Amino acid sequence: MLQINHLSKTYEGGVQALTDVTFEVPRGQFLAVIGLSGSGKSTLLRCINRLIEPTSGQILWKGEDITAASPEEMRRIRRRIGMVFQHFNLVHRSRVITNVLAGRLGYVNPAWSLVNRFPRADMEKAMIQMERVGIADKANQRADALSGGQQQRVGIARALMQDPEIILADEPVASLDPVLAHSIMKHLEDINKNDGVTVLCSLHFLDLVHRYADRVVALNEGRVVFEGLPQEIDDAKFKDIYGREAERVG
Amino acid sequence: MEKEKSSPWKSILRGLAFGLVVITFAYGFEVTNINLGELQSQRRRESLTRVLRTLARPDILEYEQVTVVVNAPVYMPCPADGSVPDILEPDRSQPYLIVTPACVESGGAVLVEGFGFTPFVSGPLRFVPGSDPTNVVTLGRENLETDASGHFSVEMTLPANRDSDDVQFIRATARENVGSPYFSRSAHETWDKIVETVFMALLATAGGTILAFPISFMAARNLMKPVKSPLASIALSAIGWPLGIWFGLQLVQWLAGVSAPYINNLPVLVASVVGVPLVMVVALRWALPQVELQPAAAGLRFARLLVVFAVVLLLIFGLFELAGLMSILGARIAAGLGSWGFLGTLLFQGGDILRLIIPLLGSLAAGGAVASFLGRIGQRMAENLSTAVARAINLLLAAMAGATLFVLGGALLEWFYQWGRPELTVYWPAAIGGGLGLLAATLASPKAVLPIGMVIYYVTRTILNALRSVEALVMAIVFVISVGIGPFAGVLALGLHTIVSLGKLYSEQVESIMAGPLEAVQATGANRLQTIVYAVIPQIIPPFISYTMYRWDINVRMSTIIGFVGGGGIGFLLLQNINLLNYRAAATQMFAIAVVVAMMDYVSSVLRERYV
Repeated sequence: MLQINHLSKTYEGGVQALTDVTFEVPRGQFLAVIGLSGSGKSTLLRCINRLIEPTSGQILWKGEDITAASPEEMRRIRRRIGMVFQHFNLVHRSRVITNVLAGRLGYVNPAWSLVNRFPRADMEKAMIQMERVGIADKANQRADALSGGQQQRVGIARALMQDPEIILADEPVASLDPVLAHSIMKHLEDINKNDGVTVLCSLHFLDLVHRYADRVVALNEGRVVFEGLPQEIDDAKFKDIYGREAERVG
Repeated sequence: MEKEKSSPWKSILRGLAFGLVVITFAYGFEVTNINLGELQSQRRRESLTRVLRTLARPDILEYEQVTVVVNAPVYMPCPADGSVPDILEPDRSQPYLIVTPACVESGGAVLVEGFGFTPFVSGPLRFVPGSDPTNVVTLGRENLETDASGHFSVEMTLPANRDSDDVQFIRATARENVGSPYFSRSAHETWDKIVETVFMALLATAGGTILAFPISFMAARNLMKPVKSPLASIALSAIGWPLGIWFGLQLVQWLAGVSAPYINNLPVLVASVVGVPLVMVVALRWALPQVELQPAAAGLRFARLLVVFAVVLLLIFGLFELAGLMSILGARIAAGLGSWGFLGTLLFQGGDILRLIIPLLGSLAAGGAVASFLGRIGQRMAENLSTAVARAINLLLAAMAGATLFVLGGALLEWFYQWGRPELTVYWPAAIGGGLGLLAATLASPKAVLPIGMVIYYVTRTILNALRSVEALVMAIVFVISVGIGPFAGVLALGLHTIVSLGKLYSEQVESIMAGPLEAVQATGANRLQTIVYAVIPQIIPPFISYTMYRWDINVRMSTIIGFVGGGGIGFLLLQNINLLNYRAAATQMFAIAVVVAMMDYVSSVLRERYV
């Protein structure tokens, strides 16, 4: 169970990205976070693993206050929270296998990882995860030699290496074409349904939300404007979320 | 309306600006002594022509020369009685000269013809004053060049004020190259020095790169900005650094003493050099398990810490033994290999260098370890203690840290100025530092995290900028004083300049990396060092290679002139030859510099294209 209580974030310079955001995510749920660009979806997801420091509010996970964790505790918390990014965020010049193994950095002994030594078990685990997302044959290629869809699968394999209990997916398919988008979403769905990993996924397209999400939280200018089931989003709700001028397509 | 109103003002301002530009340039002409008249002067032009022509003939190849010297009599002035002096008929079986007329008035011109010389040779044609044909003093600037039949003919003006009633002489010296060409002395010297120059640049670049690498991370805003610590942690680290460095030095000195008895005992040296790494690997495998899901029990962690400490001691001991082994082997190899002995010398020097840097590395490592250990304790205290207790501890620690830093600064001042007054360099600094620490602890809320990263960032930047503004040539002067004239001083000066300028260039590259991968690696729970190794370094390798190449290029160019101040390399030779007006030799050195710089430029551009 992940609880977000009265979370607010004001950036340096006064931009109010999140205002009093409160919701809960039960374990094993596939939660879609929707909203316009700039509505605070990315900030919200990054506050959960404190890549961005929240200004006020609380994030409770399994009874532990993430917002109050020390750097040492944060390292331990982060390693159970996988993250998938819109622009994949792979290290381009490193090999695919190195990018995937980076998912273990929170577990391994720092001293050994600095000289690129990973335990044998982790190497095997990396091969298994790469096979699972279908990129095992690319293991020794440079990450930037892969296509967009393949790169995102590396990103998912990296998140899986963390043995995550939660995956935060920040618009994982926004840079991909519709066919690839579904294949990536299916991987996330598989991880959610079969491994029981909680998924918080920000999405642009409502058809993807309807197809994959168990529940929806919608943000508008940093405030929660809707919380409920995907099928509850009718035209009125739609205009609340996306603004008066928005037209519904597809 | 407004436009019309403002337009006269604009015109006046424009006029003022134009006037200012004119004044600026006029003053510039005045202070830089621009004098185009000098360019027109006949005398200057002649000297310039002569120098340029000499420079165009670098002294690279030489021949064995056969010299033929022929003297011919001449009278200056003609006898007063108007008679024509009789000249002996020259021996026509040898090379000979005909001077017409046989006598001239003071400063007159004669036609000198030579016959029977070797074809296509050249040499000076001079007036020999006094009546002694063996006189080595000669006057004039004429040169002879023989044609295919061994004949030449030169119109020659004799010097005035050399009148004599006796016979005087005109001397033709024909120099003939025989045999195959060989490299001249200055070519050999130039080769030796240009090799020295290139290697000076190589060593300075290599050393500078290694040190600039970690420094550049401290001067990168994007890496340092997130570094924040509570005051207790910062204060304890500040105390920990000097404490650790002192402790490390003691430890290294003790180990140097321990290893000293075996320094000439070859079997012990070999055994320890082989055995130490093996023991280290085994011990480290136990002490640093690859994965640990739960934090270990306190006792186990303490035991591991002890083992790691023992391993470090063993490592330092092993390094001393390695240095000893390198020295012994190096000396033997140098003696045994003959002309390849420099390989042995390298090993020997390597041993010396190792022995020099062990204390440095040891003390720095100890400083870092103690500082980070104490810093972590400070972090824990800030996290777990109540606000009131934390504030009290902060006050105490900050005062101690401030006093420590200021007393160290005072010690530096004492070293520079030797006042010998402890109240100025110890008591007052301690009081001021302590006071500032107390002030900081009072102002900062006890548990707040302070942006220590940005402090380090600004300090590093300031030092880099200050040192970068000192030219390598000036640094070389300091190093010449500290290590003596020679290439070593040059290497140190270039190396230091390389560190500071590459540090800045590198840090700018670090600042411009993509933030995405950094964020992704952090999100996996990686610590700061892991993030640098996995997300930063892979991204900056291409620009680092590129900048390092560029720097080598610059260093080769710099090292050619660093010899001007005694820093070794070809510059010293060049300066010497210019001062001796030996322009042909200087031309050889300039030519060598041009070739090397052009080659470097080409090689570095090819490598950059291939690897970047």
